[in-house]
Amino acid sequence: MTEETPYNLEVVRWFAVMTVVWGIVGMAVGVLIAGQLAWPALNFDTSWLSYGRLRPLHTNAVIFAFGGCALMGTAFYVVQRTCRTPLISHGLAKVVFFGWNLVILLAAITLPMGLTTTKEYAELEWPIDILIAVVWVLFGVVFFGTIMKRKIDHIYVANWFYGALIIGVAVLHIFNSLALPVTLTKSYSIYSGAMDAMMQWWYGHNAVGFFLTAGFLGIMYYFVPKQAGRPVYSYRLSIVHFWALIAIYVWAGPHHLHYTSLPDWAQSLGMVMSLVLLAPSWGGMINGIMTLSGAWDKLRTDPILKFLIVSLSFYGMSTFEGPMMSIKTINALSHNTDWTIGHVHSGALGWVAMVSIGAMYHLIPLLYGRDQGQMYSVKLINLHFWLATLGTVLYIASMWVNGLLQGLMWRATSVDGTLTYSFAEAVEASFPGYYVRFIGGSIFLLGMLIMAFNVYKTVRGERRTEEPAPATPLVSPGGANA
Amino acid sequence: MSSAWSWFVIVGTLGSLIVFAVLLFANRRTSGGEDTGHDYDGIKELDNPLPMWWVGMFVLTIVYAIGYLVWYPGLGNVQGTAGWTSLGQWQAEVDRHDERFAPIYARLAAMSPEELASDRVAQQVGRRLFLNHCSTCHGVTAQGGFGFPNLTDGEWIWDSGFDKVKHAVLNGRNGIMPPWGAALGDQGVADVTQYTLSLAGREHDAEAAQRGQAQYNTLCVACHGADGSGNPLLGAPNLTNDIWLYGGSADEIAFTIKNGRNGNMPSFADVLDEQKAHILAGYVTSLSQ
Repeated sequence: MTEETPYNLEVVRWFAVMTVVWGIVGMAVGVLIAGQLAWPALNFDTSWLSYGRLRPLHTNAVIFAFGGCALMGTAFYVVQRTCRTPLISHGLAKVVFFGWNLVILLAAITLPMGLTTTKEYAELEWPIDILIAVVWVLFGVVFFGTIMKRKIDHIYVANWFYGALIIGVAVLHIFNSLALPVTLTKSYSIYSGAMDAMMQWWYGHNAVGFFLTAGFLGIMYYFVPKQAGRPVYSYRLSIVHFWALIAIYVWAGPHHLHYTSLPDWAQSLGMVMSLVLLAPSWGGMINGIMTLSGAWDKLRTDPILKFLIVSLSFYGMSTFEGPMMSIKTINALSHNTDWTIGHVHSGALGWVAMVSIGAMYHLIPLLYGRDQGQMYSVKLINLHFWLATLGTVLYIASMWVNGLLQGLMWRATSVDGTLTYSFAEAVEASFPGYYVRFIGGSIFLLGMLIMAFNVYKTVRGERRTEEPAPATPLVSPGGANA
Repeated sequence: MSSAWSWFVIVGTLGSLIVFAVLLFANRRTSGGEDTGHDYDGIKELDNPLPMWWVGMFVLTIVYAIGYLVWYPGLGNVQGTAGWTSLGQWQAEVDRHDERFAPIYARLAAMSPEELASDRVAQQVGRRLFLNHCSTCHGVTAQGGFGFPNLTDGEWIWDSGFDKVKHAVLNGRNGIMPPWGAALGDQGVADVTQYTLSLAGREHDAEAAQRGQAQYNTLCVACHGADGSGNPLLGAPNLTNDIWLYGGSADEIAFTIKNGRNGNMPSFADVLDEQKAHILAGYVTSLSQ
C-alpha cells in the first residue's frame, strides 16, 4: 500500500526538537546540583541557585519537559501512523505544544523563586496545576479523537500504552493536586497527615508507573520493531503484561512509606503488590528484546538499535531492583540513602532517556524529509551511545556504593548500643561517590550536546560523508513497505 | 477502618490477584509463533506463547503475596496469623536494646564526674552520644558556631560545672535578650555598641562609649551587671571576655542590641534518659578541663 495519508508532522517536529533542548537544560541543572553536593560553594550563596530550589527544577525539567516532549511528540507521530489517519485537529495539537511549553517555562521561573507546594514531582503551584490539567485533557482529546477515526480495525499496542499514560496521569495529577488556594502563589493541600503522604506517593509512584513506564513502553513498542525491521515477538504477551502492569502499578505507592505512620495493612499491600509487579514489568522487556530475534547482528552496526536495546536492559534491571527495594527488610537499609537516587537514575538515564534518544534518532531524519537512519552522522550517534552508557554506569554504580555505605553507617551501633557514626561522618564518607556521580552525569550531558549538534546539522539538511548506515529499513524511501 | 472499607480492600486485593491468575491460565499455550496478520504502519505482530519461566515467576509472586497477606496484616482489618504489628516490632527492639545495654549504662551512670572524665569507656560512650545528639548545633569538635556556644573554652554562659551541664541537657536552656531598638533609638544603639566594645577591651569611640554607658546603666545593667560580667542565673553572657555568641563585629553587636536574641536549646530528657544525660554531661565537662 502506498503512503498517501497527509500526516500532521509539524507539531511532532517541534516536540522532537524541544525534547533535545529540554533534555540538555534539565540534565545541565542535574549536573550543577550534583556538583553542589560535591562542592557546596557552587550554591554561590544565591537563593535561586541553591540546591533546594534547583533540585525540583531538575526533576520537573527532565521528567515533564524532556520526557513530556518525547512522549507527546512520539504519541502524535505513532497514533497517526498506526491508525493511518492524520490528527483530528492540527490547531489543537499546536495548543498542546505551546500550552505544555508554557507550563515548563512557568516551572523554570517559579521553582527557582522558591514557589512550591513541596509535593515531590508535583511542586508547581495551583494556577500552573490547572494549566497542566487543561493542556493534558486537550492532549487526550487529540489522541483519542485520532484513535476514534482510525482506518484500521485494531488499536496498536503502543497506543494502549499512550492511552494509559493519558488517562492515568490525568487522574493522578488532578487528585493529588487538589488544594485550597490562599493567594495566587500559595495553596494548601486538601489532604493532611498520613493521608496526604499516601496521596503524594500514590501520585509519585504512578508518575513513575504511567508517565515513565507506560508512556515510554508506548515509544518502545513502535520504535523497536520499526528500527529492527522485525515483527513484535508476542501479541499475547503484550495484552497480558499491559493489563497486569496498569492494574498493579496503582497499588505500589505505599512502599515509599515503609516504617511510617501509614497503617500496617497499607504498607504490607504496597510491598506485595510491588513484588507482583515484577513479572508485568518484565513482559515489556521480553517483548522488546525478543523482537530482535533473527536480527541480533544489527546490534553490531546500528547505534540507534543499541540505544533502544540497552534501554530495555536498564528497564529490566531497574524494574527488578524496584520490587527488591520495596521489601521491608531491604527498604530498612536502602530508604533515604543514595541507593534510591541510583535506582531512579538507572530508570531515568538508562531507560527513559536512552529509549527517547533512540526514538529521536529514528524519528528526526524522517520528520525532516530524509530516509530512515539518515542523521547527519551515524558515527556521532555511536559516540553518543557509548558516552550515555558510560555516564549511566558511573552514575548508578557510585550511588549504589554510597547507598550501601550510608545505610550501613547509619545503622551501625557500638558495643554500648549508641550509634557508631554521626550523620556528618556518613556525609563525609559519601564524597567520593558524589565526585564519581558528577563525572558520570557530565559524561551523559556531553552525549546530549553531541546529539544537539547532530540534530542541528540534520535539520539544516547536511550529511557527513561516512560509510553508509548499515541498518536495513523496514520502510523504503517514501514510506511504502519494502 | 469500618468493616465496609475492610471488605473493599479484601475483595479488591484478592479479586485482582485471582483475575491475574485467570488471565495467565487463559493465555497458557505452548506452541504458536505464527503471524497474527496485524499490520500497523508496517509493524507486524507474531503470536508467540507467553514464556513459561515468565508465567512461573508471575505465579510465584502471586502465591508469595497471598502467603504474606495470610501471615502479616494487609487484608483490611484482618490481623494476620503472625500477630505482627510495626508498633510491636518497635517495642520488641527497644526492649531488647534496653535489656542488653542497661548494665553498661547503669555502671557508667553511677560514676562521679571525675571518674567519667578519666574512664576510657565513659569517654567513648559520651563522645558518641555527643556526636549523635549535640554535634548538629555545637559541631563535631564542640566548638560551637553562630548562636551555639563553644563547649571547649571553659567559658560558661549558664555557669560552669557538671551539674549545670547535666541540667542543660535534661531541661534545655532559653536565653532571651529583649530588643532595645525602640527604647534606644538608632543613636542609642550605636552608643551602647561602642560601650559594649569598650567593656571587652576592644577598639572603640570613647565619646560614644561614654554616652552609651549611661544608657547601659539604665537598660542593660540588670542582666549583664555593672561591670559587664554577666549573670549565669539568667544566662546573660559575660561581655568582658571578647567571646560573642552572636558575632563580635560592631554591626553584629548593634544588631543584637537593636533586635534582641532568642537562644533556645531543647530539652533532651525524652531522647536521652537520666543515665545517658549523666554520661554525656561528664564528657562535655571534660572537654574544657
